[in-house]
Amino acid sequence: MARGEPVNPSPEVAARLRCMAAIVSREVSRFIGQRARLMASIVRPLLWLAIFAAGFRATVGLTNVPPYPAAVAYEVYIVPGLVAMIQLFNGLQSSLSLVYDREMGTMKILLISPHPRWFLLACKLVAGTVVSILLVLVFLLAARLWAIEPPPLGYLLVLPVLLVCGLTFGALGLALSVVVSRIENFAGVMNFVIFPIFFASSALYPLAKIAESSTALHRICASNPFTHAVEAIRFALYGRIDGESLAVLLAFMAVFFAIAVWGYSPDRPLFNARRG
Amino acid sequence: MNEKRAPRINPALLVEGLGHAYGGHPSLDDIGFVVQPGGFTALLGLNGAGKTTLISCLIRLAGPWRGRVRICGVDPIVWPARAMAKIGVVFQEPTLDLDMTMAQNLGHHAALHGLSRAFAKARVEADLVSHGLARYADRKVRDLSFGIRRRAEVARALLHRPSLVMMDEATAGLDVPSRRALGNNLRRMCRHDGLAVLWATHAVDEVHVSHRLVVLHEGRQLATGKVGDVIKRTGRGSLRAAFSALTS
Repeated sequence: MARGEPVNPSPEVAARLRCMAAIVSREVSRFIGQRARLMASIVRPLLWLAIFAAGFRATVGLTNVPPYPAAVAYEVYIVPGLVAMIQLFNGLQSSLSLVYDREMGTMKILLISPHPRWFLLACKLVAGTVVSILLVLVFLLAARLWAIEPPPLGYLLVLPVLLVCGLTFGALGLALSVVVSRIENFAGVMNFVIFPIFFASSALYPLAKIAESSTALHRICASNPFTHAVEAIRFALYGRIDGESLAVLLAFMAVFFAIAVWGYSPDRPLFNARRG
Repeated sequence: MNEKRAPRINPALLVEGLGHAYGGHPSLDDIGFVVQPGGFTALLGLNGAGKTTLISCLIRLAGPWRGRVRICGVDPIVWPARAMAKIGVVFQEPTLDLDMTMAQNLGHHAALHGLSRAFAKARVEADLVSHGLARYADRKVRDLSFGIRRRAEVARALLHRPSLVMMDEATAGLDVPSRRALGNNLRRMCRHDGLAVLWATHAVDEVHVSHRLVVLHEGRQLATGKVGDVIKRTGRGSLRAAFSALTS
């Protein structure tokens, strides 16, 4: 058979799906293989729940905000924020691995495969999101030990919301990996990005409480996409859809992804060689 | 006039007037050559000559560049996916996933190229046998020697049956018999399968008299043509002397 002829003719859609399945499966098995990262991803939010929330319960007291039908314990309030934190951490960590792959050269194999660049980036995004949803499900299961038991419908309704949040934070990570070219810088940027985003949100305290302290800070928190993720997750877990938050997240995702596609386009000097 | 016209065969690689700049400095200037199907072209240049940059431009990892490039007649700017499906690449640096087995690495590559799982499995098994790598199939790449990894990278680059394979200093770190075997194997594939090879190297002794040659130096193309013609044009007695004269 002559070279260059299609040896395994298959429709383009099937080829694309196989490519995506391979990238997702690689990301999941790589994550499972990285036991320290796996443990850290689950233990970190559990520590917040077991220690931080227990300590803060006495200070903050019962919280009565939508969508909860009545005042809830602080542990219940904080769970959506911790779920979003898992996804934020994972989104940025997936992009960290992208920077690593870029430095190590393995990413070249991905980028020279016969698919559009935007599609390959979308595959990486989906792969990271799948991992983050698996982590969240493990966390929500563990949270039942602390009597965090949303209604069964909530577990179902939260899945599409987790998809949107995972894609948004993954896209943020992708966009950052365009700006930050070296892996040692990326770790610093992660801390610089994650903690302000996390603290300036409704993850740890209701926006109304923040407004009592500072109007300016309230404005910042209210416009933070992380706040929208936390609220979308909170509403979904209790059987309601927060359409406005989802719309904001989708808009942010589109912007971050557009930056990533621009940054990884062949006309950008991400891979410009400096050797022979 | 009833003559039958021979079907027009596109060159495996056509490069015309290719130029590229990096950080405001020109890194490639007016590069032009052709690699025909079944042809073996050596891209010879010292370190920093622009070989890796040229290959990176051709496979869309570096840009923007100016000029005209066709891969088997396909414009890689207009039809990037079609063009990339026809190319196999062995990079200068290792690009295997160390935490996967050799067979998994090849299977992953096959999936990226859209081959079905069953088809890919059979193809990977057959190719590992033909490259003499079958006994390493289930070993983690991390546990394998550099030479074996490199051979696996060559097998991977050829797995999807490209029309053109680009080797960027592919023999770096290989011992002499392995280098010779790799070169001989590719030349055999050129003759029998019509594979086209672009072989970037800084080592004059890797250039065979049967090759076509492109000499790069500081981003400029100093010579192109058959090896014997390049030697003749410089008035020297050997390729080493000719290369030395061109690049000094």
